[in-house]
Amino acid sequence: MPNITLNKKVLEKLIGKKLSDDELQDRISMLGTDLQKIEGNEITVEVFPNRPDMLSEQGFARALSAFVGAKTGLKDYKVSKGGKDYQVIIQEPVKKVRPYTSCAIVKSLKMDGDSIKEIISLQEKLHITFGRNRKKLAIGIYPLEKIKLPITYTAKKPRNIKFQPLEASQEMDGLEMLQKHPAGREYAHLLEGKELFPVFIDSNDEVLSMPPIINSHKTGKVTEKTKDVFIECSGFDFKALNQCLSIIVTAMADMGGEIYSMALEGAGKNIITPSLVPEEKELDLKYINKMLGLELKESEIKTLLEKMGYGYRDKKVLVPAYRADILHPIDIAEDIAIAYGYENFEPEIPNVSTIGEEDEMSILKTRIANVLVGTGLIETSSYNLVNKDNHSAKMRNQAELVEVGNAVTKEYSCLRSWILPSLMQILSENTSREYPQEIFELGSAFHHDKAKETGVDEGQSLAIAICGADADFTRIKQMLDILMGATDKKYELKETNHNSFIKGRAASIMVYGQNIGILGELHPEVLSNFGIEMPAVGLELNISELHDLLKKGD
Amino acid sequence: MANDIKELVSKLHPLERKIMPLLRQSSVFSELVKKSGLKDIEVMRALQWLQSKEVLKIKEDVKEAITLGENGKKALEKGLPEKLFLESIKHKPRHMDDIEKETGLSRQEVNACIGLLKGKAAININAQRVISITNQGAAVLEKEGLEEALLKRISSEEMDIEAGKLKDEERFAFESLKKRKDMLKTVLKKEWHIILSSIGKKLVTMNLGSEKVIERLTPAMLKAGSWKNKEFRAYELKAKVPRVYRGKRHFVNQAISQAKKIWLEMGFKEMTGEMVQTSFWNFDALFTAQDHPVRDMQDTFFIKSPEKGKLPDKKLVDAVKHAHEDGWTTGSTGWQYEWKEEEAKKNVLRTHTTVLSARTLARLKKEELPAKFFAVGRCFRNETLDWCHLFEFNQTEGIVIDKDANFRHLLGYLKQFFKKMGYEKARFRPGYFPYTEFSVEIDIYHPVHKKWVELGGAGIFRPEVVKPLLRVDVPVLAWGPGFDRIILEFFKINDIRELYKNDLKQLREIKEWMR
Repeated sequence: MPNITLNKKVLEKLIGKKLSDDELQDRISMLGTDLQKIEGNEITVEVFPNRPDMLSEQGFARALSAFVGAKTGLKDYKVSKGGKDYQVIIQEPVKKVRPYTSCAIVKSLKMDGDSIKEIISLQEKLHITFGRNRKKLAIGIYPLEKIKLPITYTAKKPRNIKFQPLEASQEMDGLEMLQKHPAGREYAHLLEGKELFPVFIDSNDEVLSMPPIINSHKTGKVTEKTKDVFIECSGFDFKALNQCLSIIVTAMADMGGEIYSMALEGAGKNIITPSLVPEEKELDLKYINKMLGLELKESEIKTLLEKMGYGYRDKKVLVPAYRADILHPIDIAEDIAIAYGYENFEPEIPNVSTIGEEDEMSILKTRIANVLVGTGLIETSSYNLVNKDNHSAKMRNQAELVEVGNAVTKEYSCLRSWILPSLMQILSENTSREYPQEIFELGSAFHHDKAKETGVDEGQSLAIAICGADADFTRIKQMLDILMGATDKKYELKETNHNSFIKGRAASIMVYGQNIGILGELHPEVLSNFGIEMPAVGLELNISELHDLLKKGD
Repeated sequence: MANDIKELVSKLHPLERKIMPLLRQSSVFSELVKKSGLKDIEVMRALQWLQSKEVLKIKEDVKEAITLGENGKKALEKGLPEKLFLESIKHKPRHMDDIEKETGLSRQEVNACIGLLKGKAAININAQRVISITNQGAAVLEKEGLEEALLKRISSEEMDIEAGKLKDEERFAFESLKKRKDMLKTVLKKEWHIILSSIGKKLVTMNLGSEKVIERLTPAMLKAGSWKNKEFRAYELKAKVPRVYRGKRHFVNQAISQAKKIWLEMGFKEMTGEMVQTSFWNFDALFTAQDHPVRDMQDTFFIKSPEKGKLPDKKLVDAVKHAHEDGWTTGSTGWQYEWKEEEAKKNVLRTHTTVLSARTLARLKKEELPAKFFAVGRCFRNETLDWCHLFEFNQTEGIVIDKDANFRHLLGYLKQFFKKMGYEKARFRPGYFPYTEFSVEIDIYHPVHKKWVELGGAGIFRPEVVKPLLRVDVPVLAWGPGFDRIILEFFKINDIRELYKNDLKQLREIKEWMR
């Protein structure tokens, strides 16, 4: 999630009220953004992805100044009608490639280094979050003095698109840009396989940009001399484009700019952007109070709504155009709660009668753990993700494991299919500790199983390992006796061959003729693979199957 | 002073009584062991006790000692390789290959022998690599070399020989054998010397031999009544006893048990379930858009094989699809994009226990309301392991499905839980999660560090989550704060990796969860 850095002095000026550091800290947190730090004049805040409108200093200040009561209510932004040529012509070819655009002109900006930085930073942050890394939408900003209106939005064969992109020394065609330009390479996947690439072109037939990749050096570079800008958002979701455009133009208006609308030709009837007309949502007073657990009056709710930058008129909430997160009335209810202050709610436990109930398998696992703890064993707890080599090769046992595709390291790239290897790993890391070492662990064992929803079966399993000079088959069989004695179930041992154990000293554990586990003396090669210089015995028991057998009864 | 010594004597352990007089004759540990006929450990224990009573001081002395290596043992049994070599050509010259076969020496050893023996002019070798013995060689074969003598001596001595105590000719043989592979091993040998204190010097001359006191009460004494009219030796009650360890549950599981108990007391039913889940349950059912960054490779573990799972019944899938695309019948606009089944089929390691809540909602029947559920379980995030990040961690999950539930109830349940876990102060801040609205960040107040500790999230499930799963729009309070930080605080652990390090020293010594 993006962090934004705010200048305290600028913020204070925008809010129109002076706040102490403590107050700032408290109010910023309680508004629903995560304050990272205040250092001198610099405030760093994490903005949650539902509030892209707060990604600029201006947008943040607007929300905060309403919240602290300095400037409450719906903020009015004037949109002037532009000249006849304030027009964007959307041509057919582009509708199959990148169908929508939403455009505006902002004039009389007083640009300096800081404000250019601010605009570029807002653009970048919107690209990453709201624009999903330019996949959903991309934004272009151009100095008006360098271009001639009206603008055409169309699509062309990449070889026929020719201009000098930003940060390049020469002209390139559309394909070259994807191959050679840094921004081209980074975002090439967004245009991959497309026959036509989208472009914005002005009336001099100069290319402005090839969205969502790069602007032209000639027509698409904002400098300190720039006063008036043309802004376009392009992408696949017209509603999101309008919200994005609203976020940008209102931030620019708060910087002193004047907003002018543009007519979109070829997009439908009389479409003019930006539209800063607030959306009206019915207010259901009963619903709001029910969800909050409060009894607020309409007038109180109106005040609270205004603290969050909404307007309220005739039982209708006026949602600012730059708010992209109001999907449902519950979203308004939450804002009312934030305005009321989470700290002001009285926590309450309602009088609702329900019966607590522990999961059967959890109960069985706790019982088994208690039996084993009673014998002096120590419970361990390891990761479900394991190193494939430890799990298979070191155990002299090849199992088909469930593998993770994108693990950071190979140490944790597979899900364990039994727990004993984890215990061997623990023993190998504790060779300097006192012997005997007697440990057990309960957990999941992962196996491929096509019948399951995910193709993976997760049975519950128990492993015991006893390591020390006197660890022998008798010792581990005694443990099994204790365990099965506790369940009051008879078991039989059947000699088995398993590469992890010494031949003739390993047996399957049979209950009602069903094989539910294995025990034996670990093979010396296994011990040596793990660097253990003490004999060890081990046991692995399928607790899921044991559970089912216990339910069956005698 | 006299009284002190008397008391000291009365409390002496039988082992101490046995060792003290021997100190008149020797001050070396190994000799004391021999003379006393006791085990090493018994003598050492007695000496350590005496040291703690300031009777004596134990001084450790480390020396280099020599023992035979693998090849040294072989040479002692069969003869040195050069002797075997000479023996094989004693009667007639032989080709090098034949010598190798005859003696069983390796090619490397044969080559080494040739080098060595040529240097002593003991053999001749011709162009066909046939080797014959010289007179000088015959003499070498007859005579016992210095090396052999040393090997014999080392093996015959009961104890390892100290390198510093070799005679000059032995030293020569030692140096030459040392250069050869695995002939000799030098080990560091510890010896302890005893220095008596002034009390010790007095004690050593005293007669300690009073055997009339009872050391250990035996069944025989009880049977015969022979303990009567005798005294029991007074123990040194403050002396340390050997440490024994108890069996115990892993400390993380102790804390989890406590959390479970609290939820059960509050009337919650436990949810359990798989760690491998389809994206459908982990994300889509929780209204997390398919292009949401959390679904990227760098945050979530995706399963390579089996890569995809099955989706649940069509009715539910359609409802979820529409909730995403246009809000379905929930009164929401949805996320306004095209939802894809294939994306939902991808298997992941669950990123939160909230997946269990989603599944529970889908199973729940209207008649079962109101209902409360909890879970404590492992979750996964694709992160590099460091002192504050784990790729596997615990969450404690809870949901309350109740038509009258509200925001204040959410805060009430959470406050109660943390109070019972030992945190009187909990703070709630606005947060953001795609599947809740209201969204809450929970902080608890660290009573020692005096600062707020962030634990994670809670909220009320969005209608876009609840209605497709439950078929009715009922408020569902939900939370899933992280659990590991609470454990860290209680056990005073600073590095989160120590939770699952399984260091037996830590596991044996760590305190019990008592809160």
